[in-house]
Amino acid sequence: MKLTEEQQRILDGKEGETRAMILKTLVMFGDIFGAKRLVPVTHNQGHLVTSFGIGLLKPLYRIMERLIADGIKVKGSFTVDPRPVDEENVKYSLLDKLVLKKIMYSQQAGYEEQLKAVGLKDDNAFSCASYLDEVGNKPKLGDVLSWAESSAVVFANSVLGARCNRNSGMLDLFGSIMGLVPEFGLLTDEGRKATYVIKVNTTKIPEAQILGSAIGMKVVEEVPYVIGLDKFLGDELNETVIGYLKDFGAATASNGAVGLYHIEGLTPEAKAQGKSLIAKDAKEYIIDDAELARVYESYPNMWKKPDAAPALCFVGCPHLTFTQLKDWTIKVSEGLKAEKRKKVAVDTVFCAGPDVVEKFKKDESYKALKAAGIRLTSICPLMYTNNPLSHRKAIATNSNKLRTYSLARYYKDAKMLNIITGKEEK
Amino acid sequence: MKTFKGRAIAPGSFTGEAVVSRQGVNTLATFQKSALKNASEVIVSDQNNPDIFGLNITGKILCLPQTIGSTTGGMVIQTICAMKINPKAFLFSEHIDSLAASGIVLAKVWENSDVIAIDQLGAEFLDAVKTGDKLQISEDGTITILG
Repeated sequence: MKLTEEQQRILDGKEGETRAMILKTLVMFGDIFGAKRLVPVTHNQGHLVTSFGIGLLKPLYRIMERLIADGIKVKGSFTVDPRPVDEENVKYSLLDKLVLKKIMYSQQAGYEEQLKAVGLKDDNAFSCASYLDEVGNKPKLGDVLSWAESSAVVFANSVLGARCNRNSGMLDLFGSIMGLVPEFGLLTDEGRKATYVIKVNTTKIPEAQILGSAIGMKVVEEVPYVIGLDKFLGDELNETVIGYLKDFGAATASNGAVGLYHIEGLTPEAKAQGKSLIAKDAKEYIIDDAELARVYESYPNMWKKPDAAPALCFVGCPHLTFTQLKDWTIKVSEGLKAEKRKKVAVDTVFCAGPDVVEKFKKDESYKALKAAGIRLTSICPLMYTNNPLSHRKAIATNSNKLRTYSLARYYKDAKMLNIITGKEEK
Repeated sequence: MKTFKGRAIAPGSFTGEAVVSRQGVNTLATFQKSALKNASEVIVSDQNNPDIFGLNITGKILCLPQTIGSTTGGMVIQTICAMKINPKAFLFSEHIDSLAASGIVLAKVWENSDVIAIDQLGAEFLDAVKTGDKLQISEDGTITILG
């Protein structure tokens, strides 16, 4: 990799050993992927994946201590993934609390202090959907980012047209400190070309979570160009479409390793460049109703008792948008009315970022959420399910990401609603 | 004796025993239990990987296509290297993935680890090597299966 004089000076230790080591990490990492240079991060807000003080990551806390001792901070600020535990709004047994707080996430309080010291945006900055307007970490078209969190990276690349690789924890922070990232992969025009053409030939709008899963499993880490979805979604990135693409993208990134997708007629680069984004010799994958059904039926039921009734429902992985939160509340409310119920039939948790929750609490539908007995939190459901004690619970979710990384069982939105409102019991 | 030539990302010479995962190694699931317990060796805790589940891989040569799973993966590799309970070498048949690459770089720069990493050894390498084989790793990324 070719470095500028200034970068070489830092690498030589002229700004201290710690900054030299941070830059060396970025350079060595870039070299592995054939990067020729480091390029400036143009969006001054990072997003970190490591939000949880899990006991085992001791080197992380040691490096954070060293950064703080040396007065090193990120250039702007950063948001971070959700907190792991919320005792106020989520139900835990005494044993759960013991395992989560004393064993799993024993370093949480200290780690949050470290995050603040190196540039955490604010106390509300804990959300995987940090790019939503309410949270405000929203890059512009063409911005270069130093982010991790696969669902945020795929959204920023695809829906906002920003440029970011699928980074690991720690590298996200180092890029934000130096304001530099190695240029390769999704940072280059070549790396953003689609090597897969996806033809959506379904009779109705596909479930976002299953479509994303199908594409992720097929293309793995390649870039898909999706044809035929604009017919259902239109050509505008409105609130409903943003919610759809957030969930779709998270499924492509977790069921596969997609970092960027293009939707013909809808996402910014596809709108501007059209089919010229498709690389020569791109492969093709046709998705029809039968293919979606095949993918859906392929999901294993990992519950300890496969025929158990759901004991806990999670909606909001990734975190819900304001519109999704409102829509789900109204749907549950109306469903309960139809079932002549006052409260949800199964313990139900909706997850959204703290800023979205604050806004929602001022909305009239918040009363309906409270009346229905739905829990509203800003935790990460994945971190809830990391607790081995949760493995005994029959957890239902409409998130394909949560399904992939836990023992939770995936249900389509309509079925999920029926479970929550008790319609399934009849 | 079969030899394979890869790219030495973190070079080193070593002769030792192979542990082979034909599927992607989920870093967090593999190492989590041993790291949480502060164990003196890694017994693979990933139940979804029958190739290596339950095996002791500390000081061994882990042969794999790539790593998969959570983006904490890099930091987990760094952690086990800091604890000195890491496999002595990671031999990737494919191009190293970004999470494993981060882990190896973090371990080299921040933990002064002597972990070895070679990638792009090819699918034939993974077809040829078996758990328990004796392997010789050379500085230039050449792997010899001694049998």
